Amino acid sequence: MILVDLDALASCLASPACLVTQTTSGLIIGMLLFLVAVGLTLIFGVLKVVNFSHGAFYMFGAYFAMTAYQLTGSFALAILSGAVGTALLGLIFERAFMSRVYGRDVLMQLLVCYAFVLIFDDVVRMIWGPEFRSMGMPAAFQVPPLFIAGGVVPPYYLLLIGVALAAAVVLGLGLARSRIGKVIRAAAHNPGMVSALGINTGLIYGGVFALGGMLAGLAGALAAPVRSLTPGMGFSVLIESFIVTVIGGMGSILGALIGALLIGLIRSFGSLGFPLFTEGLMYLFMVIVLVSRPTGLFGKEVA
Amino acid sequence: MTELQAGQGAQPLEVPRIDARPQRYRDLLIALAAFVLLALLPMMFGSKQLLDFVIRCAAYGLFATSLNLLVGYTGLISFGHGMFFGLGAYGFGLMMQKTGVPIPVAFVATLAMTFVMAVVIGAICVRLKEIYFAFVTLAFQMLIHSTILSWQSLTGGDQGLRGGIPRPPFLGIDLSNHLHLYITSCALLVIGLLLMRQIAQSPFGYTLRMIRDNATRASFIGIDVWRAKLVIFVLAALFAATGGIIMALFVSGAYPEFAYWTISGEGIFINMLGGVTTFLGPMVGTVLLLILNDTVTRLTEYHGIVLGIVILFFAIGLRKGLMDFVVEWFAQHRGEGRG
Repeated sequence: MILVDLDALASCLASPACLVTQTTSGLIIGMLLFLVAVGLTLIFGVLKVVNFSHGAFYMFGAYFAMTAYQLTGSFALAILSGAVGTALLGLIFERAFMSRVYGRDVLMQLLVCYAFVLIFDDVVRMIWGPEFRSMGMPAAFQVPPLFIAGGVVPPYYLLLIGVALAAAVVLGLGLARSRIGKVIRAAAHNPGMVSALGINTGLIYGGVFALGGMLAGLAGALAAPVRSLTPGMGFSVLIESFIVTVIGGMGSILGALIGALLIGLIRSFGSLGFPLFTEGLMYLFMVIVLVSRPTGLFGKEVA
Repeated sequence: MTELQAGQGAQPLEVPRIDARPQRYRDLLIALAAFVLLALLPMMFGSKQLLDFVIRCAAYGLFATSLNLLVGYTGLISFGHGMFFGLGAYGFGLMMQKTGVPIPVAFVATLAMTFVMAVVIGAICVRLKEIYFAFVTLAFQMLIHSTILSWQSLTGGDQGLRGGIPRPPFLGIDLSNHLHLYITSCALLVIGLLLMRQIAQSPFGYTLRMIRDNATRASFIGIDVWRAKLVIFVLAALFAATGGIIMALFVSGAYPEFAYWTISGEGIFINMLGGVTTFLGPMVGTVLLLILNDTVTRLTEYHGIVLGIVILFFAIGLRKGLMDFVVEWFAQHRGEGRG
């Protein structure tokens, strides 16, 4: 029982092989977290609600992907159904329930989401059973791992990092450059004015929620081959992505990316140096950021 | 943030200082009557199940009412209040198991430990507003939960504190005797509620309401908002820990679930269920939730779905708690009688 193992950490930092392995594992944790956290931060930025049930979309994405993969055997279809399925779910959830609590008490919003965390976990338990499930690595990726500077890197990790990075770039450019992106940013800034200009803000809100759900679902689907699936799997991801958004600053996409990568690296290197206190390190880091910069690293002043 | 607690159209705020003293006597009288009633319960109904139910109500009721001091009175939505419930249970259990001190000493020592933890955690958290506050408290809750899980040599990890908590008799009270435990729990509940009522009705309590309604204005007239929030955060933590101690005594152990975030979620839900505009709302909510939980878990294994639907009914359908309804109904009724 070792609480602090600085020797292990130091010897890893000295060896390129270990450095590569730990960095890639930190990057995939970070990238998955980024996909979840960016949806959370987007929804918060535009709708001004904190989607406390966001972890459920990650969970559904993973289960949808597993089922689609088992039915069709196609990995691409599995990823697609994970993303599209959760996007639909997000749209329905937003239009039917969340839209009723906009502008209301934070307490009410938390409660509605809390109710859905309970309901979604039980729905998954009903459909897929309470036990751990696993999707298995698709055949295309069952190839020998790559060796980079002596470090082991499974090819699937590269795909995962690539897809998440692509999503980040598309999202960032789309929001900054495209017409829809401008409308979304305008709606975040002043929904009353946007609606007065003849734009359907309800549709924008639903769309943003669906987009956020889709990104979380994509993360779940990508994680399905490398993680075990269980009801309630979304919750720990949710907590970590909250930490990410709090560190990066609510509403900031760049902040979510940096925050997620930092947390990913803290987790992977922390597990060497502080095997029993890895989670504690994350919280500690968050507390330090919050005390020095209450709005997060890239957060603007929240009204 | 303020509509809910201000209780749309509910009764206007009472003027505090003028009739404070008679009200205090009235509260004391009600507390005594409630305690006598609870103490007589075992003579009227011998059922052990009923007594167990009341003990659980005492544990959760103290926890939920203390949460209402934060949520309802100060507008601090803590989503990690359950950590103090868990700390109370673990602190007390460990103290009894490892040191063998008398129960009152362990009780005071647990509260002292909770005090220190609450001051440190509170000092960090109360700087933050609304949703940030909610998540940082939640993160601390998860930190404590994961510490309990990973510190196996001390806490027993996911198995919890096993082997029972020794309960040596003190001052003629033997807490391993079910009846003694029942009476002690009731006494702790009534005393705790009375103290919290005093806090809520004191000038400090009205300062808290002011901070809830308009923190900027409160700080303009010279109130140290940060300090007031920290004080109530710590006080609420002490009462939550007392609830945890009762729970630890009742199950003769402590489990990681006591420190899990769902306890905090349930606490918030209890407050919603009973209503946050009245002092006893959370107590009513506790009784309702425990009854609901017991019935639903007996009927189906998917009690999350049922509970979720009930929460939705209250949050989206009614938009207020049960006690809020009762109070409004009374207010209307009285208005008609006078008119």
